[in-house]
Amino acid sequence: MAAPAANATPPAVLEIKRLRKYFPIRKGLLQRVAGQVRAADDVSFAIRQGETLGLVGESGCGKTTVARCILRAYRPTSGQLLFYTQSGEVVDLAQLSRPALRPLRRQMQMIFQDPYGSLNPRMSLFDIVGEPLLVNGLRSRQARSERVAELLRLVGLPPEYAQRFPHAFSGGQRQRIGIARALALNPRLVVADEPVSALDVSVQAQILNLLLELQQRLSLTYLFVAHNLGVVKHFCDRVAVMYVGQLVELAETQALFRRPRHPYTAALLAAVPAPDPRVRSGAAELKGDVPSPASPPSGCYFHPRCAHAVDACRSERPAYREIEPGHFVRCHRADELNLEGIAQ
Amino acid sequence: MTSAEPLLSVRDLKVHFPLDEGLVRAVEGVSFDVAPGQVFGIVGESGCGKSVTMKAILRLVEPPGRIVGGQILWRRPRQAGEASSQTEEIDLAQLERNGREMRSLRGAEIALIPQEPMAAFSPVHTIGDQIREAIVLHQSVSQREARRLALEIFHDVGMPMPEQRLEAYSWQLSGGLRQRAVIAMALSCNPRLLIADEPTTAVDVTTQAQVLRLLRELQARRNSAIIFITHDLGVIAQMADYVMVMYLGLVMEQGPVDDIFHAPKHPYTQALLRSIPSVNSTPRAALPTVSGSLPHPFNRPPGCPFHPRCPQFMPGRCEAAVPELLPVGPRQMASCFLYQAAEVPA
Repeated sequence: MAAPAANATPPAVLEIKRLRKYFPIRKGLLQRVAGQVRAADDVSFAIRQGETLGLVGESGCGKTTVARCILRAYRPTSGQLLFYTQSGEVVDLAQLSRPALRPLRRQMQMIFQDPYGSLNPRMSLFDIVGEPLLVNGLRSRQARSERVAELLRLVGLPPEYAQRFPHAFSGGQRQRIGIARALALNPRLVVADEPVSALDVSVQAQILNLLLELQQRLSLTYLFVAHNLGVVKHFCDRVAVMYVGQLVELAETQALFRRPRHPYTAALLAAVPAPDPRVRSGAAELKGDVPSPASPPSGCYFHPRCAHAVDACRSERPAYREIEPGHFVRCHRADELNLEGIAQ
Repeated sequence: MTSAEPLLSVRDLKVHFPLDEGLVRAVEGVSFDVAPGQVFGIVGESGCGKSVTMKAILRLVEPPGRIVGGQILWRRPRQAGEASSQTEEIDLAQLERNGREMRSLRGAEIALIPQEPMAAFSPVHTIGDQIREAIVLHQSVSQREARRLALEIFHDVGMPMPEQRLEAYSWQLSGGLRQRAVIAMALSCNPRLLIADEPTTAVDVTTQAQVLRLLRELQARRNSAIIFITHDLGVIAQMADYVMVMYLGLVMEQGPVDDIFHAPKHPYTQALLRSIPSVNSTPRAALPTVSGSLPHPFNRPPGCPFHPRCPQFMPGRCEAAVPELLPVGPRQMASCFLYQAAEVPA
C-alpha cells in the first residue's frame, strides 16, 4: 500500500466551502417559520483524488446532511460545492439546476446503509444494477447484460445471479449488489453512508476489504460517513469530526487518533469500548447530551460538556483554523491543551 | 454472597419455530450457569439465538415459537420457610407462559432492559406512572410509597431533575435519558437477575459509555447478576466476567472474559476476534475475514454449524456430528472436534 508522498497533495475532487443547510421549523396554522435547524453550519473541507475521507460524529451531528448536500439530494442554504469533473472543469454543484446537474450525477454515486431498504424487492439484480446504465442511455439489452455481469464479478457475486431477486441474498451479499449499482457508471466520487453498520461483524470485514480492493483497482475516491471509529481508523486516510452541524476537527487519521486537538474528538475516542478486557476504556466520559441544532449553545457549541472550557469558550465562537499543516480544529484552547489519543 | 450454587442454570435448552416454510431451530441445545452477582455476556451474530435464549428465560417467546426441550432452573431463597438458608429451585420452562407464577416472577425477580428504549415505554403515559405501575404490581405498597421508590430509583440511575422527569413522557427524553429511565424501571423491583438485551445498540458511543458505566456501578452496588447480550465485542470485553459465544443456536465456546479474548479455543471465536477492525489494527490492510456468510435459518448445515466457514474444517468429522461442549481449560469450554480425540472405531 504505497502511501502518497506527504508533500505531493493530490488534486481535489470536491471542495466544499462554507456549506450551510438550514431546515425551517414551521409552527401554527399559517406555518410561519419559527426557527431554523442548523443541520450543517459553515462546513468546509476538500476531498482529494483517490483518498478516503471519513466523516464521523454522533447521530444528529449533520454528517448525513452534508453527504446529501454533496449529492444534491438537498439544496444547500448557502456555500459552494466545487466539483472537479472528469473533463477538468470546475462546477459549483450548489448553484446548478436539476437538468444541469443530470450529466454530473453519474460521476457521484452513493452506497447506502441499509442493504434491505435500498434494493427494490420487485426488481431482479439485472434490473437493479442495470438501471443506472439504462437511465444513462445504454439501451442495448445485450450490452447492459454484459456490463451487469462484469459488475457482479467485480463485487464478488457470480454473474448467474443476475436473474435473482434481492430476497434471496444475505445482508452482506445485498451490500455487494448496492456497491455494484453504485459503480455501474464509473463514478469519480462514491459517498458511502454507514455502508457496514447494518452488517454482522464477520461480514463487515468482507465488505470493507471489497471497498479497499475496488478503490485500488478503480482509483475511486470515497467519502465514508460512519460512527464506528474502529472502522474509520482502519479505513480512512483522513478524518473529519462533526458536532452539532459544524466541523470541529479534520486531520490525517494517524495524527487525529494519536493526538486529537479538539476535546470532543478526544472524548469520542475515549468512549470506544476496547475489545480487550485488559484495557479499561471509558475513563474520561462526557456528561450530558448533544445540544439541539435548533438552539445551539452560545460560544463554542461544545462548551457545556467540555472539561476544558474557559470564559472565552462560553462567549466567543471559535474559528475553524489550521493548527498544523493539514490539521484543522475549531477550539480556542487547541494550542495549550495536551489531549490524549489512542496510542498506536 | 458467595454461594456456590448458580442463580440460573439453563440445561440443553431448545427453542423451535415451526413456520410454514420449515422448522427454524433457533436454539438447539444450550447449557450455561449464571452465578449470583456475575456479569454473564452472550455474544453472537444475528440469528445465533442469543435473543431467543433471553426470551425463553423470561418466557416471552412468541408463538409459534416454543420451548421444545431442556430446563431453565431458577434458584431463590425459600419464601415462607423458617430455614432461610434453604433455596428452592423452579424450572421456568415448566411454568405456564402467562400463568400467575411466571407473571409474579417476571419483572420482579428477573427484569429486562430491552434494546429499544423508545418501544419500552407507552407514549401516552408518563414515565413515572409506568414505573409506579411496575412497583405496585410486584410489591404491596401504596401509590404514595411507590412514587417515593420511583424517585429514589431515578436518583440511583443518575437521572437529572428526577421530579420533573417522572412527569415526562418517553418521547420528551433524549436517547441517553430514555435508556436511564428503562434501567430505572428494570431495577424498580430489585431483581436478582437483570437481562440486558443489546442495551446500547440504539445509542451513540458517548451515551453508550455513560450507560455502560452506570450499569457497572449499579451492578457493583446491588450485586445483582446481569446477562448481557450484545454483538459488540468491545462492549462485552468491558462489561462481562464470563462470556458465552453462540452461533446458529449453539454454544461454540464459553469461558472467563480474559480467556475468551486472549486464549480463544474455538475457530469461530478466533475468526470473530480477528475480523474486528479495531482502533489498533494496521490501517488499510485487508482484514482477515470469515469466509462465506451466515447460513439461512432453514438451511442449517449438518454437524457443527460452523463447518462450511471453518478454516480448520476436518472432513468426515465436522459435518458428521455436532461436537459436544467439553472443558478445554479450568473454566473454559468449547464445542469443537479439534479438542476431542477421534472416537475409536468399534
